[in-house]
Amino acid sequence: MHSYITKRLLMIIPTLIGAAILVFCLLRIIPGDPCEIRLAGTGLYVDEAEIELCREKLGLTKPLLVQFYHFVTGYVTWDLGESMWTGKPVTEEIGLRFQLSLQVAIMATLVAIIIAIPLGAISAIKQDTWIDYAVRTFSIAGIAMPSFWLGILIILGLLIGTQHFFGEPWMPPIYYVSPFEDLGANLAQLIWPAVATGYRYSAVATRMTRSALLEVLREDYIRTARAKGMLEKIIINRHALKNAMLPVLTIIGIEFAFLMGGLVVTEQVFNLNGIGRLFVESVGAQDFNMTQQLVMLVVVIAVMTNFVVDLFYGWLDPRIRYG
Amino acid sequence: MKPSLIKQGIAAIAVAAFAVGAATSAVAAPKKGGTLSFVVGSKIPSYDGHQETTFGMIHPIRPFYSLLIRVNPSNPSDPTDFQCDICEGAVPAGAKGGTEYTFKIRKDVQFHDGTPLTAHDVKATFDKIIFPPKGVPSSRKAFFMMVDSVKAPDDYTVVFTLKFPSGAFIPSVATPFNFIYSKKDIDTHGYEWHKKNINGSGAFKFVEHISGQHVAGVRHDGYHHAGKPYLDGFKAISAPKMKVRLDAIRGDRASIEFRGFPPKARDDLVNALGDKITVQESDWNCVLMATANTKNKPFDDIRVRQALTLAVDRYEGSKYLSQIAIVKTVGGIVFPNHPLAANAQELEGLIGYSRDIKASRAKARALLKEAGAEGLEFSFNNRGVDQPYKVVGTWLVDQWRKVGFKPKQRVQPSPQFYATLRKKHDFDVSIDFNCQSVINPIADVTKSLCSAGNNYSQCENQELEDLYMQLLKAETAADQRKIMRVYEKKALDYAGSSITLWWYKINPHRSYVKGWSIAPSHYLNQHLDNVWLDQ
Repeated sequence: MHSYITKRLLMIIPTLIGAAILVFCLLRIIPGDPCEIRLAGTGLYVDEAEIELCREKLGLTKPLLVQFYHFVTGYVTWDLGESMWTGKPVTEEIGLRFQLSLQVAIMATLVAIIIAIPLGAISAIKQDTWIDYAVRTFSIAGIAMPSFWLGILIILGLLIGTQHFFGEPWMPPIYYVSPFEDLGANLAQLIWPAVATGYRYSAVATRMTRSALLEVLREDYIRTARAKGMLEKIIINRHALKNAMLPVLTIIGIEFAFLMGGLVVTEQVFNLNGIGRLFVESVGAQDFNMTQQLVMLVVVIAVMTNFVVDLFYGWLDPRIRYG
Repeated sequence: MKPSLIKQGIAAIAVAAFAVGAATSAVAAPKKGGTLSFVVGSKIPSYDGHQETTFGMIHPIRPFYSLLIRVNPSNPSDPTDFQCDICEGAVPAGAKGGTEYTFKIRKDVQFHDGTPLTAHDVKATFDKIIFPPKGVPSSRKAFFMMVDSVKAPDDYTVVFTLKFPSGAFIPSVATPFNFIYSKKDIDTHGYEWHKKNINGSGAFKFVEHISGQHVAGVRHDGYHHAGKPYLDGFKAISAPKMKVRLDAIRGDRASIEFRGFPPKARDDLVNALGDKITVQESDWNCVLMATANTKNKPFDDIRVRQALTLAVDRYEGSKYLSQIAIVKTVGGIVFPNHPLAANAQELEGLIGYSRDIKASRAKARALLKEAGAEGLEFSFNNRGVDQPYKVVGTWLVDQWRKVGFKPKQRVQPSPQFYATLRKKHDFDVSIDFNCQSVINPIADVTKSLCSAGNNYSQCENQELEDLYMQLLKAETAADQRKIMRVYEKKALDYAGSSITLWWYKINPHRSYVKGWSIAPSHYLNQHLDNVWLDQ
């Protein structure tokens, strides 16, 4: 087990190096740079010398290899540098958004699990009944409907609905308050994006739970348990569902990693100051430093989530042993 | 006079008096208190007004600072109405033939850290803007090319000496980016300090800036304009998406957005909320242009460039585009309705502004035939921003097709768009724009100069340069107007850049927001000291 963990952790290094090379090169291929955007981006008169000066200050006039060296050594020494746009430390900028993105990801995952596992299980148990059809329709609708679009509908629905019933339109707060500061305001803002993203997420997990459970329910050991006269509730909960969870867990892991950096449009719809929005803004401002570090962060989250999911496999299925 | 006429006269006077009285009572006394929440659609690169150029910085940061002079907050639409902010009395007129301006500084102005503001702070500020040391960026240095020196002969007097008299000087001083910094801060912390720190003398004191989320300020009790500000504080909430900004006003998460919305958004808000929404509208000191790359054949031929402008029906375009986009006003190179702008008659005499579009287009076709450029295909560079770039760009494509051009529109994200304009020059014709703050036509029209850093047509035209120097040095308004007419005609005839339509600013806001008057620029009137909430 220890050697497996060590091996997996070491494999992260080449993944990170590959990601670092890729993001560094891609950003330099795009025409323009943060100085151009910042000083000439509004169409006002700007002196070329000032743009050049800005580039010098940001280290953009140094050879590309030197820039790459600084990027990599900064990453290794945890000196991630400053945002080329705001001049604030990258760790501070990311730290601000990380809390929000993590909370949304956790809440959306909880919403997804709460919906997906019972519905998926009921759908499998009641296969080919009207309940199964209803659940399948519900989950297919979730897959078909982009979460940002659902988000827009939710906001519109809240505005129209509250105006109709209470006379004054209401929408969720548009800036983040920590749950430790004001739990009510925090939930009033984040519950809606959690539902919008959690629904799509649950739709995938529901279908996965259903198909995995159907497969497990046809296994010999389930038939044996039934033949022994074991209660159906115990068969499902203790023997079938746990074994059916392996592929569901994989889906949950992938989706969780995606939520941490990929909620680009949904964050815009709900005006969430999260990692996804920071990504968009950094790319738009050609903030090389920030974009590079964000990509690296998302890669680390994706790799670590998969790693943790793999470890969970062993817990769920005792037949799986790492060595 | 017949009795009935007398009665009618009395009745008319009574009605008029009632109307005035009603109007007077409608202008309620400002109420103190409350926090104004507003949404901002752009980001803050740094807090340094002298370096930055975006409204994303002005809207949340301007309330922390004072200016030497500013546009009259109660009458910001008048492009010639300036008021002292930290100076005393009226804005001074130039002495010594318009080459010396002496400002008396108020003695009751304090920075937020308690330091009294003196003439030395004003001098240090304008030295940083006009004569920045090597390595210190200043985005508005070029506005002050007429200034020879800034002196502070005593603690409360500042003297600007000009190399030559210029009508562009006072509007340049009133530019809202010219935040007054403390000399002590500059001397102690250096020129970079204001990028990340705030110590102003404005109506509000800085509380916090949560990056990407909001900026908060609280009332500065020692503010030098007596009785102001009315608000306890403000919160500028970052909201990059227009839909969010619109919903925020509708859902009362924000009371106002200061940049402007398209007509459809205004209508949606008014339909949803009725009289809970007040709409203010104004001409906007921003204009979209079509710039030809004069280094690319056949756009090196003036006839082809003139055909581009002759093909465009600005009057009809205004009628329809103003229903869907933030453009409306037909004008020349000077902000419409400014005393230096062409009047309707003068405008119609300029190329591309004739009311007879059939004749204009016939002339365009003839010019193209003469130049051997009939059915010309060309690349048209546009910026990937809906309002108003893509809307106006698509309209231009249609207009040009009417005289036989075959433009291929290439829409690029902002970074690539600017790279094309400034460095790559791989375009035949491009959307271009000129967007300024204080209406300062003499400075604003430098965009037409081939030597200007933001002229992307790659042209050479010494005649325009010479005319501009005459304009810059013209002392009287009459002289300025006369030279401006010639300059405008030459610039439009040369057709390096042709004007399309001027922007139109629409600000729907919650009706309880009072005291704020729309200005012809989204950079102006953002000090918020006169804003109050009627709640």
